[in-house]
Amino acid sequence: MQKNKNEVWAFFASVKLALFTFFILAAASIIGTLIPQGKEMQFYVDAFGPGTAKLFQIFNVPDMYNSWWFVSLLVLFSLNLIVCTIDRFPNIWRLVTMDNLAMDIGRILKMPKRQTFQSDLPASELARAVEGMSTSWKFDKAEKEEGILLAAQKGAWTRLGVISVHVSILVIFIGAIIGSIFGFKGSVMIREGGSAKEIYLHDANNTKIPLGFEVRCDRFELQRYNTGAPKEFISDLVVIENGEEVREKTIEVNDPLKYRGLTFYQSSYQPLEDAYAIKIENQKTEASKKFYIGPGSAVEWKEEGLKFGITNRMGPYGMGEYRHKIWFNDTSQKPIEFWTEEGKMVIVERPEADYLFSLRPLYYTGLQVAKDPGVWWVYIGCGIMLLGLYVAFFLSHKKVWIYISEKDSHSRIHLSGSSNKNKIGFDNDFSALSEKLEQNDSLKLIRE
Amino acid sequence: MNSSQLLGFTTFAYLTASILYIGIFVFRAKKLGLAASLLLIVGFLFNTGGIALRWVESYQIGAGHAPMSNMYESLVFFAWCIAIFYLFLEFKFKNRLIGAFAVPFAFLSMALAGLTDPDIKPLIPALQSNWLIAHVVTCFVGYAAFAVAAGMGIMYLVGSTSVEGGKEKNPNGLLATLPSLKVIDDITHKTIVFGFLWLSAGIITGAIWANSAWGTYWSWDPKETWSLITWFVYAGALHARFTKGWGGKRIAWLAIIGFLAVVFTYYGVNYLLSGLHSYGGA
Ligand code: HEM
Repeated sequence: MQKNKNEVWAFFASVKLALFTFFILAAASIIGTLIPQGKEMQFYVDAFGPGTAKLFQIFNVPDMYNSWWFVSLLVLFSLNLIVCTIDRFPNIWRLVTMDNLAMDIGRILKMPKRQTFQSDLPASELARAVEGMSTSWKFDKAEKEEGILLAAQKGAWTRLGVISVHVSILVIFIGAIIGSIFGFKGSVMIREGGSAKEIYLHDANNTKIPLGFEVRCDRFELQRYNTGAPKEFISDLVVIENGEEVREKTIEVNDPLKYRGLTFYQSSYQPLEDAYAIKIENQKTEASKKFYIGPGSAVEWKEEGLKFGITNRMGPYGMGEYRHKIWFNDTSQKPIEFWTEEGKMVIVERPEADYLFSLRPLYYTGLQVAKDPGVWWVYIGCGIMLLGLYVAFFLSHKKVWIYISEKDSHSRIHLSGSSNKNKIGFDNDFSALSEKLEQNDSLKLIRE
Repeated sequence: MNSSQLLGFTTFAYLTASILYIGIFVFRAKKLGLAASLLLIVGFLFNTGGIALRWVESYQIGAGHAPMSNMYESLVFFAWCIAIFYLFLEFKFKNRLIGAFAVPFAFLSMALAGLTDPDIKPLIPALQSNWLIAHVVTCFVGYAAFAVAAGMGIMYLVGSTSVEGGKEKNPNGLLATLPSLKVIDDITHKTIVFGFLWLSAGIITGAIWANSAWGTYWSWDPKETWSLITWFVYAGALHARFTKGWGGKRIAWLAIIGFLAVVFTYYGVNYLLSGLHSYGGA
C-alpha cells in the first residue's frame, strides 16, 4: 500500500509528466485554432461531413477549450505542479535555511572556487579584522576544533523564485475558476435616451439577469477619421439606483465604466431605424431643448411656441449619412423649409429670435457587461510570475566561507565560495572579495 | 527625407551587413569584422531614425500613434529589436561569428516589411490603448531573443557536424572558427531564458489589455492560443535542461522549433487563421 502511494506520488511529482503535459497541451491547443470554435452544429456538418461532425460533438470540439478532456489536461497539469512543488519544497527550504557554519570543513576546502593566503597574525585577530571589514558580505563566526570559520551568504531567498513561478500559475488558475463560478459575461443594447435594468448572458439561452440598478445612455457618438474609418465609440452612461443618479461616466473602447463589481465595456453600436435627435437653442435666451423624433412627424416646443418636423430625406451619402428636409414654424405663422446635414448646425433666422438647429441619427450603444471577481487573482498571479521568473533566472544564491587555521603562530586563510547560478558573475564577486582581503593592510595577507 | 527612405536604407544596410557577417564566417575573413559591425550599427541608426520619423509623420497626418500598430510597423520594430539584441551579444561576448546566424533575421524582417503595406493608418478604437505599446514591446523583445536563439541553434548544428566523438574532425576547416560548442550552447540557453521572461510579460500585458478593452483576459483566440503554445515549447525546453540536463543538439533543435512557433504566432496566424488579432491581415 505504502509503495503504491509512493508510486502514484512519484508519478505526479515527475518532471517527465510535466514535459509530457506541456507537449500534449501545446498539441491539443492547435486543434482549436484550426477548427473554428463556437459555431452552430450545421456549420461543422457542412464543412466536415456528418460523420466527422458527430465525432466533433462527442469530443466537444466546437467548444474545445471548455471540453471535459481539455479541462482534464489542465487539471492533470495543476496536479503535477502541486505535487511537484510539495515534493521539492523541503529540499529547497533546507537550502534556504541551511547553517553555513555547520558545513564540513573538508568540503569547504575543496570547493572549486577557492583561494588561500598566509599571514603571521593569530587566527582570532584575523577573524576579528575580517568581521570588521566593510564588504557587502555579513560574516557569521564559529570556533572550530582547529580554527575559526566565517561564513556569509547573499540571496538565499532567491531559491524560492522557482516556487513562486510555479505557485503563480496555480494562483492564476484559482482566479480563472473564481471568475467562471462567480462571474459572468453578458451584453445589452441601450438606445440613446433609453435605459436598461437587465442584461443578457452569453449562454445558450441568452438568460436575462437583473442588474439591481439601472443604466441609462444619454448619448452615443460615433467619431470617424476623415478617411471614414471609425475613430472612437463613445457613450455617456448614467447609473441610477433607487431613483437617484449615482454615477456618470463617458465610456469608450478601452475605458469602461465600473459599478458594483460589474464592468460596462463599449463594444458595438447600431443606428436606430427612423429615429433622430434634434437639438435646438434660442440664441437670444440660450434656452435649449432636445427632442427625439421620427420622419413624417412633428413636435412642439411649447415654451417657445415652435413646431417642427422632418418632411423628406435624401441619401445615403459617402459614410451612410442622410440629409433631411425640415419644416419649421413659430408664432409668426410663416413656416419655412430647409435642409440639414447630420450633425451640422443650421441657424434658423426668425423675426422673434435666431435658433441653432441640429439633427443627428440616434443609436443603440452596444455594451459588453462582465463580472469577474477572479481577475485580481489572475493579475496578482501574473505579477508573482514575472517577479518569480526574474528571480529564478537572474538572481543567485551565493555563499562564501573563510576558514582560518593557525599552526606555530602562523595562520592560513582559506577563502572559498559557491553559487547556484550565474557562475561568471560570482567569479567576479569572488575575485573582488579576494582582492579586498589581500589589499587590507591590517590583515597582512600573502597569496599562496 | 521621409521614414520610408530611411527604412529602405536600413534594409540595404542590414543586407550588406549580413553578407559581411556571413563572409567573416565562410571565408574566415576576420578583417571584415569592423566593417560588418559598423554597417550594422549604421543600419540600426537608420532603423531607429525611421521609426522615430514615422512616429512624427503619423502626427503630421493627424493619425498620431506609436509606430507599432500594424504588420509593417511591427516588422520594422522586430528588425530593430533583433539588431540591438545582437549588437549587445556581440559586445558582451566579443564574437562576430554569431552575426552570420543572427543579422540575416534583421534583414529578413525588413525585407518582409518591404512586401507589406506601409501606409500610416489611424488607429481603430480597440488599438487606442497604452497597453498596445507595452504589449508590442514586450512581445518583440522576446521574439528577437528567440530569433537569435534559433540562429545560435543553427550555428550549433552546423558546428556539431565538425565534431566527431568529441574531437574536431578538421581543425582547419570552415567550422574551426566557431566558438566552442559549449559556449554556443550556453549562450543559446541564456538567450532563451531572456526571451521566455519577455514572452511571459508579452502574454500578460496582452491579457490585461484584452481585459480593459473587452472584459475578457483570455478568450482562446488563435493568436493567444499560439502564443501559449510557443510558451509551452520554451517552458519544455527550459525544464528539460534544468531537470534532465538536456543540452547540445536537443536544445539547438528546440530553439529552432520554438522560433518556428514564434513565426507562426506572429505571422502565420494573421494570414492563415482568423481571430481578434487581425490587425496585420488586411
Ligand atoms: C508552464 C508552466 C511552468 C513554468 C512557466 C515553469 C517555470 C519554471 C522556471 C522559471 C523554473 C526555473 C528554474 C531555475 O532557474 O532554476 C522552473 C524549474 C522547475 N520546474 Fe517549472 N514551470 C512550469 C511548470 C512546471 C511543472 C508542471 C512542473 C512539474 C513537475 C515543473 C517542475 C519544475 C522543476 C522540478 C524545476 C526545477 C526546480 C529546481 O531547480 O529545483 N514546472 N520552472
